[in-house]
Amino acid sequence: MADKLKLDLVSPERLVLSAEVDAVQVPGAEGDFGVLPKHAPFMAMLRAGTLTVENDGKTQDFELDGGFVDVTPEGVTVLAETVGD
Amino acid sequence: MASLKELRNRIASVQATQKITRAMQMVAASKLRRAQEAAEAARPYADRMGAVLSNLAAGITDAESAPKLLAGTGSEQRHLLIVATAERGLCGGFNSSIARLARQDAKKLISDGKKVEILCVGRKGHDVLKRYFSAELRAPITYQGLKNIGYDQAQEVAAQVLSDFDADGFDVCTLYYSRFENVISQIPTGLQIIPASFDAAEASDMGDTLQGAAYDYEPEENEILEALLPRNIAVQILRALLENAASEQGARMSAMDNATRNAGEMIDSLSITYNRSRQAQITKELIEIISGAEAL
Repeated sequence: MADKLKLDLVSPERLVLSAEVDAVQVPGAEGDFGVLPKHAPFMAMLRAGTLTVENDGKTQDFELDGGFVDVTPEGVTVLAETVGD
Repeated sequence: MASLKELRNRIASVQATQKITRAMQMVAASKLRRAQEAAEAARPYADRMGAVLSNLAAGITDAESAPKLLAGTGSEQRHLLIVATAERGLCGGFNSSIARLARQDAKKLISDGKKVEILCVGRKGHDVLKRYFSAELRAPITYQGLKNIGYDQAQEVAAQVLSDFDADGFDVCTLYYSRFENVISQIPTGLQIIPASFDAAEASDMGDTLQGAAYDYEPEENEILEALLPRNIAVQILRALLENAASEQGARMSAMDNATRNAGEMIDSLSITYNRSRQAQITKELIEIISGAEAL
């Protein structure tokens, strides 16, 4: 099995999603970027946009309203202001 | 001695009170669970935010260029105390213990010659504090009739505090709330939010994972820090409000539990008095009849 990356999507009020996924597409403040497993440590601000989670060939979208993301080789933590499906 | 009718009335009224306190206890218990869940759900965000910020803050060595929210204004002459309390009473010592802590600190600051302003979030704290600090109090922010405190409210409070800070209204901001330890213990706490103070342990905890590899930042470290600090204020306030909500329900639950028990004891002792006086009256009537019959 291919490597997975751990995604934590949290809003101030709750933990929205915590899952092992294949890849994440993040709307960065200075441009969108994708995160795969074993990504270099990285921290970025987010703009309002869509966060796409890819897992087992399926994708899931979340509307974010800004926030920031913290990428480590083990996983991604997205701290979003508000999260909608 | 009270007449039988009076006793009966008193028993009935204590019973009615007991019913109310028991209902309030049960309502508080179910609300407590929800409030506790909300407080716990908010924890990952706040923890993560704290860890990232303390790490970023540790990396900033040049105090000159550091954002004011982090480094302070260079003076600590003017203090703003945010006192978060409940909207309602009947929850034991909850409101008064927060207000007492804030009051003591405010008194100390004033006697040290500092300038103090107090902003109350929640009606009850304002009611208590206006007796002592009518000059220092600002108009309170209240959320009466609101069912669940959320991020919107925290942002609203934060916006007010931040705009005041930007307008150079104060130097140090401390937030007073009640930390939810467990159902029977809530600890009134004062937390300094401006300038931000970070847990050194948190920073080193996170630092281990970060220092191993060079971190990339987009945009620059300073810009991220400047964007995150105001947000952190809102998050801290949200956490305080949520912990407060859980504490309030916990305090109310134990207060109402006590009240229910006291009412039960009162009913018992009143019933004994009632039965005794009823018996005494019957005996008296019998004696009257018998002595009447003997006299014939």
